[in-house]
Amino acid sequence: MDDQVNVAEARKGFKWVGTSPVRPDGVPKVTGRAMYGADMKMPGTLVGKILRSPHAHARIVSIDTSRAAALPGVRAVITAADFPEQNFEYIGPERVAVNFWHVTRNIMAREKALYEGHAVAAVAAISDSVAAAACALIDVQYEVLPHVIDVDAAMAPDAPLLFADMITRGVEPAPTRPSNVSKRLEFKIGDLDTGFAAADVVIEHEFKTATVHQAYIEPHACSARIEADGQGEIWASSQGHFAVRALTAKLMGMPVGDLRVYPAEIGGGFGGKTVVYLEPVAAMLSKKSGFPVRLAMSREEVFRATGPTSGASMWVKIGVTKDGKLVAADGVFKFQAGAFPGSPVMNACLCAFAPYDIANARAVGYDVVCNRPKAAAYRAPGSPISAFAVESVLDMLAKKIGMDPLELRLKNAARIGTPTIFGPKHAHNGYPETVQALLDHPGYRAPLGKNQGRGAASGYWFNGGGESSATMQVNADGTVLVATGSPDIGGSRASMAIMAAETLGVDYKQVRAIVADTGSVGYTHVTGGSRVTFATGTAVVDATKTIIKDLCRRAAMIWDVDPEAVVWEDGHARPAGANAGAFPPLSLKDIAAKAAQTGGSITAAASVNAGGQAPGFSTQFCDVEVDPETGKVTILRFVAAQDVGRAIHPAYVEGQIQGGVVQGIGWALNEEYIYNARGLLDNPGFLDYRCPVASDLPMIEAVLVEVPNPAHPYGAKGVGEVNICPPMAAIANAIENAIGRRLTELPMSPPKVLAAIDGPDAGAGA
Amino acid sequence: MSKHHVTTTINGEETEFLCETQETLLDVLRNTLNLTGSKEGCASGDCGACSVIADGTLVCSCLMLGVEAEGKTITTVEGIADGETLHPVQRQFLEHAALQCGFCTPGFIVATKALLDANPDPTEEEARYWLAGNLCRCTGYDKIIRAVMDAAAEMRGEARAA
Repeated sequence: MDDQVNVAEARKGFKWVGTSPVRPDGVPKVTGRAMYGADMKMPGTLVGKILRSPHAHARIVSIDTSRAAALPGVRAVITAADFPEQNFEYIGPERVAVNFWHVTRNIMAREKALYEGHAVAAVAAISDSVAAAACALIDVQYEVLPHVIDVDAAMAPDAPLLFADMITRGVEPAPTRPSNVSKRLEFKIGDLDTGFAAADVVIEHEFKTATVHQAYIEPHACSARIEADGQGEIWASSQGHFAVRALTAKLMGMPVGDLRVYPAEIGGGFGGKTVVYLEPVAAMLSKKSGFPVRLAMSREEVFRATGPTSGASMWVKIGVTKDGKLVAADGVFKFQAGAFPGSPVMNACLCAFAPYDIANARAVGYDVVCNRPKAAAYRAPGSPISAFAVESVLDMLAKKIGMDPLELRLKNAARIGTPTIFGPKHAHNGYPETVQALLDHPGYRAPLGKNQGRGAASGYWFNGGGESSATMQVNADGTVLVATGSPDIGGSRASMAIMAAETLGVDYKQVRAIVADTGSVGYTHVTGGSRVTFATGTAVVDATKTIIKDLCRRAAMIWDVDPEAVVWEDGHARPAGANAGAFPPLSLKDIAAKAAQTGGSITAAASVNAGGQAPGFSTQFCDVEVDPETGKVTILRFVAAQDVGRAIHPAYVEGQIQGGVVQGIGWALNEEYIYNARGLLDNPGFLDYRCPVASDLPMIEAVLVEVPNPAHPYGAKGVGEVNICPPMAAIANAIENAIGRRLTELPMSPPKVLAAIDGPDAGAGA
Repeated sequence: MSKHHVTTTINGEETEFLCETQETLLDVLRNTLNLTGSKEGCASGDCGACSVIADGTLVCSCLMLGVEAEGKTITTVEGIADGETLHPVQRQFLEHAALQCGFCTPGFIVATKALLDANPDPTEEEARYWLAGNLCRCTGYDKIIRAVMDAAAEMRGEARAA
C-alpha cells in the first residue's frame, strides 16, 4: 500500500505503535459469538413494543390503554404519564446543550406527536404476537394538525408551529411572536465590507442537503431489569453506557447509583447511539411489570424515530483576489433540528471556513424545528453540510481565477496561529500537509477520459477530548488486563492494548483489553467526537505508568533496595545502574508471583479530563464518470488524505477513513429521506434508502499524513470523523469538471444530474 | 396457537424445533435455537446480516419461514469454523481488519463462503457484485474485498494476492 513508507517512518522507535495486529475481540465477531444489543436474553424476559404516531403532527386528545392492559399475556402498558416531568432548561455547553423537557417528550410524546413514528405508548408482554395485539388495542385519539417538513417552509411566517411558545433565542431584542426558529447564531471576524471590496472575484450560491441517516446496520436494542427495591440493570448497545445510565436515571427519576449499565457489542453508531430512545422505556416497563424487558427496534422504526442528521438550506459567498488570496467569506446555514431544538448548526458555522486563513468572515446559523425525527449526531455533526457549500464555492472561485483548486486551498491554508471565527487561534498544523499529499499524488495529474471529471475538497473537525477512565491489572501469570469505559465501535480495544503494551514494553498478546460496565470502571464519556484513542488512550497510558511505578517499587522490595535504584525497561524491572546491585531483571510474571508479599494485587486506575486534542483535517480528490444518458455517476477513484497525528493501529485508521468517505459518497449520490404530502416518510428501509454497496465502489485509497499531536503520549489525533466532510463537495466538483454543470443540491442522484445536463447551468459564475 | 414441528440439519447436526407459521428462519435461529450469530438488520432481505446457506444456496434467513427449513441442510455463521480452527475467510477478515463494529460480519462471512464454494477464483468485480446484498456501513468495503480476494487465493493454494 502507498502509505506504508509514511507509517514505517513514524513507527521508528516503537515496537507496537504503528503496527496492525488482529484485534483482541476479533474471533467472536467472525464466528457469530459476540453479543450485541439484541442478543442478550435474561430469564423471564418480556417482549417490549412501542406504539408510534401515524401522523406527522397531531394533538394527543386521549390515550385509553385499558383494553390493552386487560389482554391476557400483557404485563405492563405505559405512556408519558408514567415518566416524571422535567424542567425546561438547556444544560451543558451550547454546542451540545440538552433540555430534558424535550428529551422526555422525544422518548414518549406528551401533549403532541411531532413526527411520524413518535412514540406514544409501550407494552410489555409474553410474546411478540401478544405485544403486537396489545399495541393494536391502545386507543389514541388524535387531532391531526398541519405539518411542516422543509426547513425553509418551517421558517415562513405562516408555518404551522410545533411549539406555540417558542421564541427564537440569540436575537436582540427577543421576537414577540413565536416561530419554529429555536435559535439564531452568529460568528464573525474582521470586516466583511472591507474584505469583499478587496476581492477581484466574488461568487455566491445557494445549496441544499437532504436529511440522511447514520444507517448503522444494528437497530437499537436493549434489555432492562428494575427490581422491587428500585435498583436496576440495563444491557444495551450504545456509544456510551455511562451516558445511557445518566440519561435513563434522569428520565426515570432514579438515583444514578441505582442503575448499572452493561455495554453490549455495538453494531455501528456514527453518533446516532450517543442518545437514548429505548432504555428508559424498557426500564419503565420492567419497573411496572416486575420482569426484565427486552426492546428492539425494527429497521423501519430506526428510520422513522432515530437519528438522522439535519437537512439544510444554505447560502455562501466568498471573495478572492486574482492571485488566489481569500479575502472575505459569508454564509447562512439553516438546519432542520427535527421535532426538538438541537441541530448541529453551531458546528456547521464554526467549521465552515475553519481550514482557511480568511481575515473577514461571518457565519450565521438557524436551528429550526420541523415535523421530522429529532436530529442526532452523525460523524462530525454539522461540518460535512457546511463543507459541501463552502468547498463547492471554492471550486467555482478556483476555476474563475484559473488556479488549481488544491493550490488555492494550499495558499490559504490555516496553520498554527491562524485566527478563527470562533475565537481561539489554530494551535495545530496538519491541514496544508494533507493538501500537499494530494498535490504530490501521481493520480492527481493523471489523464481523464470522456465524461470523466476530477474534483477535490477539504474538511475540518474539532475532535474531542474529555473524561475517560481506565484500570489495569497485572494477573498472577504476568498477563495484563486493561479495562476502559469506551465502547469499542471500530477496533479501539486493539489500540488500547497496543498503547498499553508499548508503554509497558511487553508483547501485545500479553495484554487483554476489555470494555467494562459502569460499575467496574470510572466514568467515561461516549465513544464519539473521535475521542477514544486520544482521551481514553491517555487514561490507559496514565494507568500503565502508575503500574510501572508500582512494579518498580515492588522490585525494590524484592531486592531490598531503594525504589529509585530500579528502572523499568523493555518489560522488566532492572537495577538502575552498577551501584544498584547485580540483580537479574524481573519480568511481570516474576513480580506478579510475589504480589502478595509486596502489597497485594497489582492494579492501577486512571481518570483524565483530556484537553489538547488536535482537530482533524482531511483533503480528498475523486475521479467520476457521468453517464450522459442516465445521469448515473460512477466513482472511478477516491483518494483521501487525512492528518491522523500518529496512527496507533494503521489498518483501523485506514478503515475509519475508508468508511467515512463511503458514507460521504452515499450522502452525495443516493441517500435522502423522502416525505409524502402527508408528512410521512416514504422510504424507511434499506431498499429505498440506498446506502452504498460493494458493487458501487472502487477501493478507497487512504493516505495517512502524520503530524503528531504533542498532547497525546504517542501523538494520536482523532481520526473517526473528518473524513466524511469533503466527499460531497469533492464529488460535486468532479461532476462539474465532467459535465460543465454545477450541482448544488444533494443527493446528486441520476434525475438531478440528468436535469443538470439537459438544463441551464445552475452555477452562477462557474 | 398450534406450532409446527420441523426437522432439519443445522451446521451438520440434525435439529428439531417447533415454530409458529409466521416465524422466519431467522426468528427460529435466534430465539428458539439461540444461534444469535445471524443478525437482524432489516428483516426485509436488504442488508444480508442474516445470511445463511440453505441446501447450497445463499439466502437471507429473514426471508425464509422456519417451516421451510424442513428437510433442508442449513449452514449458519456458527458452522463455518472447524471447531477451534477458523475458516480461511474468517482468518482473512481478522488479518485485514475487514470489520469494525462486526455486526454485518457474520453475513459477509457466510456470503463469502457461498461465493467461494460457487466460484473459487472470482474477479474483484465478481466479488463486489456477489456481496452487493450485504450492507456494511463501517468499512467502505475496501478491506472486506481484500480479505475475500486473499481468502480465495489462500483456498486455491496460492500466495497472498496483494
